[in-house]
This record gives sequence, structure tokens and C-alpha cells, in this order.
Amino acid sequence: MMQLAWGLTVTQLNQHIKALLDADEILQDVWVRGEVSNLTQSAAGHVYFTLKDAESSIRCVMWRSLAGRLNSLPAHGEMILARGYVSVYTVQGVYQFYVEDLRPLGAGLLHLEFEALKAKLAAEGLFAPERKRPLPAFPRTIGVVTSPAAAAYQDILRVLRQRFPLVRVILAPTLVQGELAPVQIVEAIRALNRYRREYDIDVIIVARGGGSLEELWAFNDERVARAIAASEVPVISGVGHEIDFTIADFVADHRAPTPTAAAAAAVPDQAQLREQIRAAKASLTEAMAAKLSSERESLKRHETNLTRVAPVARLAYDRQRVDELVYRAKLLVEHRLSSLRHQVEGRLVRLRGLDPQAVLVRGYAIVSRRDTGRTVSSLAHIERGMPLDVRVQDGVFGAIVE
Amino acid sequence: MSDRPIEELTFEEAMRALEQVVERMESSELSLDETLALFERGMRLAQRCETLLDQAELRVAELTELLKGGTESLS
Repeated sequence: MMQLAWGLTVTQLNQHIKALLDADEILQDVWVRGEVSNLTQSAAGHVYFTLKDAESSIRCVMWRSLAGRLNSLPAHGEMILARGYVSVYTVQGVYQFYVEDLRPLGAGLLHLEFEALKAKLAAEGLFAPERKRPLPAFPRTIGVVTSPAAAAYQDILRVLRQRFPLVRVILAPTLVQGELAPVQIVEAIRALNRYRREYDIDVIIVARGGGSLEELWAFNDERVARAIAASEVPVISGVGHEIDFTIADFVADHRAPTPTAAAAAAVPDQAQLREQIRAAKASLTEAMAAKLSSERESLKRHETNLTRVAPVARLAYDRQRVDELVYRAKLLVEHRLSSLRHQVEGRLVRLRGLDPQAVLVRGYAIVSRRDTGRTVSSLAHIERGMPLDVRVQDGVFGAIVE
Repeated sequence: MSDRPIEELTFEEAMRALEQVVERMESSELSLDETLALFERGMRLAQRCETLLDQAELRVAELTELLKGGTESLS
């Protein structure tokens, strides 16, 4: 850029300054804390305000799209933690803080701490799914770490009583917020572990009702996280509401969204157990009935077989055989008799046919020689003049041969 | 488990035993006598589970009290 006698233009000057600032790494992504004042929102929706501390202030801009992501705009006088970049609005020759994200200061700092601890413990592997132990199906005793004064405790007892009153509860009372809480929570978890065999403590519930980030802070404490990780007894965390996730939730063997849900996760439901028992009884009865039925069938089959080979049956069978044989014998004899009768009849007829008398009736005569009495059956037996006897059916007369 | 009387079984023991009985009844080829015996045992186990549930009352104790007073306070 040429330095002429009459100098730079304002635009050139402002742009030079802008280039300087835009080249600075720190200014491209910086967190700033301060008090909010003079907050306005333009018709277009962009948010303008001033951030200040005791001695200085800086103008801030937050574009509508980014401001839209906030739950609410900060209030006048509120301490916030804002993140963004610094640049120059060359038109007016001012440098501004362009805010991309902001949050209340207290929550903001805590949030950063939370993220840092979460990253650290995750890197150590404390959140690994393989570390998480299964919960016992029928716990004998549940250790509860919470405040006895809080509604959360009563909620837990109510759910346990309703679902599985067979279980026993040992309360290890603690504060659940404030500076002293983490130490007490740690000690409670350790104590329950120490006496786990003596009292058959099978699972621990660490619980606290809903609250703000600050109120839940004890459950983001590193000491509490490590105590849960070191617990030999499986731990269920039930802290805050469904949307709250504390470090304790990440380390626990099972995270429940609320204290009530934690109690429900710890025990089976007796309604379901009763149904299982009822179903078991039905199965037993069915199997029993089926067995009886099959035995009955088997018995009937045996009966039928026995009846077939029994002596009584045998006798009846033999009797029937005898009857049959007798009948057949009779038939044979009759048949034979009948056949013989036929033969005799036949012979009789032939005999009758041979009867001389029958011949005579038919008109024939028996001629015989008077002198010898011998029958004449041929011309050779006779001569002329020989006396003959001629027998006809009703008598005899003489005849002489011509 | 079959040697301890049913009245002495814990809920978990009784439930598991019941499960096993049902499995045996449904699967294998048993004699009529065995089936009858299993049926009776199964029904008694089911009864034991139901009785335990019916008679149960949630017992609650506080740890420091317990430790002071010894183990009697819990059962």
C-alpha cells in the first residue's frame, strides 16, 4: 500500500486493522466472562449487548441463528461465559466480540469442568461397556446411598415395596448436595462394600432427585466417580431427571433416568413373577394330563391284546372250529350219500331196463324150444315143424315152426 | 437342591427349581410314577414361591444403626 502525502483512506485503515485481528489465533476462538448490559434485539433478530468487567467493556453481537439455539437470552446484569471471535466492523471502525455460544457463568465453568473430567475418566476406560457388571436377578439386600429426608428415598422404597417386598434395604444416609456431599457419598459406598458379605448386599443404588447442575454437582465429583468404579458391588445410578447425565451415571454399572427407575431396575416385578408361576403350574398340569392320557391309551392297547390271547377266547375259538369241522363233515357225508344214491338209482334203472318182463310189456316175446326149454335167439336153433313155447307178458302159447 | 426341604428354599432357589421341574416334565420320557412325583413337587414349589411373595414385607434398616446393633436388626 502506498503511503502518499495525503495518507490512507479510512476504509484502508479499518481493513488493515481487521486483517491484523483476523490473523490472530487467540482472537479466532476465545472464551470471555463478563457481565451483560444494554442487551437489545434487532428487528432481524440479531442480539446486541455489552460485556463488561470492573474497568472495561466490549461490544458483542450474536447472530439470530446462533441466539436461537439458546434456551433464553441472558438478563441484564447476569454474569455469563461467552465463546466466539473478535473482529472489526470496518464500516464503523469498531472491534466487536462475535458471540457463538454463551451460558451463565456458574454453569459455564462447571460445564467446562464436567467435560474435562468426563474426557479424563473416559480415557482411563472407566466408562467402558465391558466394565459394566450384570445386575443380580433376585437381589437379597439393596444398599441405598441417598438422603433419607428426600422424596427420592421414599420413591425408591415405594417402588421396591410394590415390586419385590422380599428384598431387604440398607440405607447409607448421605448429603446429596453441597461441598460435604462427595466425601459422604464415597464413604457410604465404601461402607456398603465393606459389609457386603455380612448383609448379602447384592446391588447398590446411588440416588438423588432432580435439580440444577450445581445441585447435582456432587455426582460429577471425581472422588465419587472413582468410588463407584471401585465398588465390588454393582452400582445403579438414579440421579436427577431423564435428561440429566452426571459422571456417576457414566461410571455406574447401570444408569437409570430417575431414582424411581433405579429401584425398578434393581428388582423383578412380582406381578410378572406371579404370572410366571401361574404359567408353570399350567404347564405342569398339562404335562400331567397328557401323561395320564397316554398311559390310559397304552393300557387299553394292552387290554385288547390280552383279550385276544386269553384262554376264554381260545376256548370260544376252538369251539367254533369244532362246529365248523362238524358242519363240514356233515356236508361231506351227505354229499357222499347223495352221490352213492345216484349211482344206485342209475343201476336200478339199467337193471329195470334189463328185466325180461319189461321187454315183454313192450310187445316182445320170448321164444323157447319145447323140448329143451332153451331160448331161441337165432334161426340156427330151429327146424321146420319144431314145437315152440312163446311167452308173452301175460302167458305162454304154443307155436310150430312153419 | 432336591435334598433340601421346599419350606427352606429361598425365593430364587424355589423359582429355579420350579423352572427345572417344568423342563423335565415337558421333555423327557418319564414313568407314570416319576411324572406324578415331579408334578407334586412342582406344584409345591410354585406354592412356596407364591407364599413367599404373599407374606413378604419390605424390611428397611439404616447402616449406622445396624453396625451399632449388630446383625440381629436386619432379618
